[in-house]
Amino acid sequence: MTCRQYKDLMMGYLDDELDDAQKKTFEEHIESCKDCAAELEQFRKLKNVTDSVKLAEPEDVLWDNYWSGVYNRFERGIGWVLMSVTGIALIIYGLFKLVEGIIKDPNVEVILKIAILAFIAGLAILFVSILRERLYFWKKDRYKDVRR
Amino acid sequence: MKDGCGQEEALIERCRRGSRQAYEIIVRKYMKDAYFIALGLVGNREDALDLSQEAFFRAYNNISTLNSKWGFFPWFYQILRNLCFSHLRKRRVRKSLSLEQLTENGAVAFADDCAAPSAAVEQTELHRQLWQAVNQLDEKHREIIILRHFRNMSYEQMAKALFCSKGTVTSRLYYARKKLKELLERQRGPQTR
Repeated sequence: MTCRQYKDLMMGYLDDELDDAQKKTFEEHIESCKDCAAELEQFRKLKNVTDSVKLAEPEDVLWDNYWSGVYNRFERGIGWVLMSVTGIALIIYGLFKLVEGIIKDPNVEVILKIAILAFIAGLAILFVSILRERLYFWKKDRYKDVRR
Repeated sequence: MKDGCGQEEALIERCRRGSRQAYEIIVRKYMKDAYFIALGLVGNREDALDLSQEAFFRAYNNISTLNSKWGFFPWFYQILRNLCFSHLRKRRVRKSLSLEQLTENGAVAFADDCAAPSAAVEQTELHRQLWQAVNQLDEKHREIIILRHFRNMSYEQMAKALFCSKGTVTSRLYYARKKLKELLERQRGPQTR
């Protein structure tokens, strides 16, 4: 085995992840290899430092309320969906009524009525076109099921 | 870190059928791991709480995509880490994270709080430098240091969480520690070499 291969064992030795045979093999190597022994010592010092840093335990109230925080997101999710759907529906209804009022109003010039209808037609074409494009690319996307 | 078992599979199956009670049991089982990993990765208590809860929320919404053979936690961990790294990239706070912020937020405690004052000062300075060095590691090295040193995960648990082999874990840990050692030496100067 080369020193490079022993380095793979070094981490396991440091973290007590080796079986007895691997441990014995590694210990025999460091007895005869000063470089690996020195590197092991440096890693051991580093480990002592990292092991002495602990992330502080928060107060118990955080754990007591933890599930509520997750549950609130479910509720808010439903709230957002309801609000968005009804909001969009109300805006569309309002716009429809507004346009209907303008079209039916005999005092409004015909050219303005045609312009409004043309604008709505253009908007509808754009919306359908973008929607169709999105659907097309989503169906053709070979990576859509790849776990990221 | 707890490993998956038949009971967990049954809970996941109930979650798939829409049981929030079953999901609450899973959340309570893994909330500490989720919170502390997020805290290690983003370094801020409020963000760690928010991101870990958001990860549980997203996990529930996508529970139908969970393959039972993976177990819940490794799959959930992918969601959590992606959220944390995305959060860090968006706010670009990695470089500005410091131990001062962490201690102000109460995120970090030292195992040797009872040490003699002079030793404590030295240790605190060392810890500050260590945390700065951890923050300078790239994502994959940073996360493996967090998982090993702050969550005390075994190589097998890390391999499962990272969807890689134990050999890859060993190798990644070696290079992460090597890099961390170099960064610390650079900060502390030649006297520590």
